[in-house]
Amino acid sequence: MNHTIEKRIELKAPVSRIWRALTDHREFGEWFGVKLDGPFVPGQISRGQITIPGYQHIKWEAVVQKMEPERLFSFTGHPHAVDPQIDYSGETPTLVEFRLEKTAAGTLLVVTESGFDKIPSDRRLEAFRENEGGWTQQMKNIEGYVARRP
Amino acid sequence: MSREDRRPVTRKRHTNAPGFAALGDETRLSLVAKLCSGQPCSISQLTHGSRLTRQAITKHLRVLESAGIVHCRRTGRESRFEFDPEPMVEMKRYLNLVSEQWDQALSRLKSFVER
Repeated sequence: MNHTIEKRIELKAPVSRIWRALTDHREFGEWFGVKLDGPFVPGQISRGQITIPGYQHIKWEAVVQKMEPERLFSFTGHPHAVDPQIDYSGETPTLVEFRLEKTAAGTLLVVTESGFDKIPSDRRLEAFRENEGGWTQQMKNIEGYVARRP
Repeated sequence: MSREDRRPVTRKRHTNAPGFAALGDETRLSLVAKLCSGQPCSISQLTHGSRLTRQAITKHLRVLESAGIVHCRRTGRESRFEFDPEPMVEMKRYLNLVSEQWDQALSRLKSFVER
């Protein structure tokens, strides 16, 4: 399975504007849908409360990783209020990276979320590293199989 | 109704991580590929045609089993492994939901910065 989600979006605004929308905690909160307690600081925990209707009981918690001005902003955490019925606190934090690139029209923003396969150390299974071919085909087979299921 | 009241009564402790981790290995993927396309297989059948030993295959099967992706059924003296699609369907559903949430968040970002 592909364990990384990648999104690319062209924004008609300068890189500096996007950088502010991503890293100013109030601005981030406005579009992301979270009320954050304080500014983002690398290495520190960011806490808050989701403001998206129906999900307001869900807490936001992330650890800010990198803030390289107008280039890269990243954090680890559980950024999503995917399903209000489910407590995702057992899920290992994923890594979210926002990369900015200047384009003719404005800014290309690439968001990746990875690390869905990281398991907490208390449940860590023995790691196996074997390299056999056919990965792509197997992925297709399995995804085809899963896609046919409701 | 207060916010507290809307909170779901039972929260399922939830994690897909062992499933994702179990599938993050090509040998295990190849085992899943074999099992999901056919009948339950014995360890001998799964070892056949592989460079790996029976012991190594067994270890991989145990990892898949602990993630609920395969189940072991004993018939007489032989163990047969069968594929259970449920964890993978759930993983796919989870990734799809996360993906949709990003689409929504980024479209809000777009309106926010382009207004």
